[in-house]
Parts: sequence; C-alpha cells; structure tokens
Amino acid sequence: MPQAPAGTLSRGREGMWSWVAHRVTGVLVFFFLFAHVLDTALVRVSPETYNTVIATYKNPIVGLMEVGLVAAVVFHAFNGIRVVLIDFWARGPRVQRQMLWAVVGLWVVVMVPFTVRHLISVFGE
Amino acid sequence: MASTIAAPRSRRSGRSSRTNVELYAWLFMRVSGLLLVVLVLGHLLVNLVLGEGIKGVDFAFVAGKWSSPFWQVWDLLLLWLAQLHGTNGLRTIINDYAEHDQTRFWLKMLLYTASVVVIVVGTLTIFTFDPCIDPASTLPICTK
Repeated sequence: MPQAPAGTLSRGREGMWSWVAHRVTGVLVFFFLFAHVLDTALVRVSPETYNTVIATYKNPIVGLMEVGLVAAVVFHAFNGIRVVLIDFWARGPRVQRQMLWAVVGLWVVVMVPFTVRHLISVFGE
Repeated sequence: MASTIAAPRSRRSGRSSRTNVELYAWLFMRVSGLLLVVLVLGHLLVNLVLGEGIKGVDFAFVAGKWSSPFWQVWDLLLLWLAQLHGTNGLRTIINDYAEHDQTRFWLKMLLYTASVVVIVVGTLTIFTFDPCIDPASTLPICTK
C-alpha cells in the first residue's frame, strides 16, 4: 500500500535533536565566555570596579540566567562525552540513543541539586 | 556559484582537501572537550557550589584563588581550551550557514579577532594580577 509523501522537512529523531541542542548550547556558552573573560579582566582595574560590576549580577534575574547557563554547560559536557563515545567506541553508534537518555538522566541528576543550591543562594540572604 | 554540484566521484577541486587541518580540528574538539568537562565542572563546583556559592564571588575571592599557581594554571588551561574549542565550533557553524563567500570570510575574521582579544586579555589578566592592590586584603602574601 503506497503512502503519501510525508513532506520534505526532516523532523529527525533523537540523534538530530541532540545535535541541534549541542550547537545551540555551544553557541550560548561561547558568548557567555566572551563576556565572562572581559568582566573578570576588571580585577586588573581595581577591586572596587570588579566588585561593583559583579554586584550588578547578584539579583534573581541573573541568578536564573546562571541556572540556564549551567544547564547548557552540563548538557554540552555530557552530550560531548556521548559524541566521543560514538566516534571512538566500537559499540557507540549502536547505543547512541540509549546514551542520549543516559545524558538526559545524568543532566537531571546534576541540575536538580544544583538548581536548589544556587537558588537558595540567590533568593536567600 | 557556490551552489554548483559536482558530478559524483569527480575529483574535488582545489583548496582545503589537501591538508589534514580538518582532521586535526575534529580531533582537537574531542581531546579538548574531554579536558574541558573536568576543567569547567571543577570551576563551577568551586565557584558556585562549594563555600558561599555565587554570593561569595568578589575581588577577595578571585585574589584568594589566583594567589595560588594551581588555580592560575587551571584557569589558564580553561581559558585557552574553551576559547579555542568555542572558536572552532563557531567556525564550523559559520561554514554551515553563511552561504556567501564574503559573509563567511568576514564573519570568520570577526570570530578570530574576538578570540585573539579574549585569549590575550584573559592571559594577561591571570599573569599580571596583583592580589595585593586591595588594601583591605588579609591574604598572607599581602600582609607580611
């Protein structure tokens, strides 16, 4: 029984979406790194300048952005290990999907306690 | 036009296929990536999780870390590997999505310029840092 063509847009599966997520998180971390190195360089200007700029980050909005940043970094790190295993481990390509669920599982295991710890620091006194 | 598709199995024309640069770039991403997992997660653990967390980050905190060669080397490796890893990642993305030769060229020039600035500024910051410019410092090396 012939089926109607499903269209030309590739909707991929886990492999494609993890690739997209790896790119998006990588770009996000790259732009953060640029800002992070430049603001840290302010320690060379004076302790007051550095402390003043860092103090503007110590609010709930930036605190939530920091959780997002760490979430991106941790996903990129764990999925990067998965990419290395796919490339160098003989069984890697066959278990790439299971490894993605391991990445997601480990990401949750790390992010839940981190989020609790960081937000207590951000919202507490 | 860049969109011309060569006949199957025809010889690849000209540049970029004669060297192993892309192979080394591919390998560098894997090797630096594995090192960065340790360097970045260690950085986040020490700066955001242990001690006072984000609340504790200020000049005195940075001075405390960078008065130790261990953290200077850690942060130097982190800076160089992360910036080079990120630069190569963005280079790949520019090559994938910027279709016009001119656009691709200038985006990559902008990328390389930004990367050199970050690596130079970051390296100088780590090595010319003086923890004792803070008169209120209580670090042993500043109070003797």
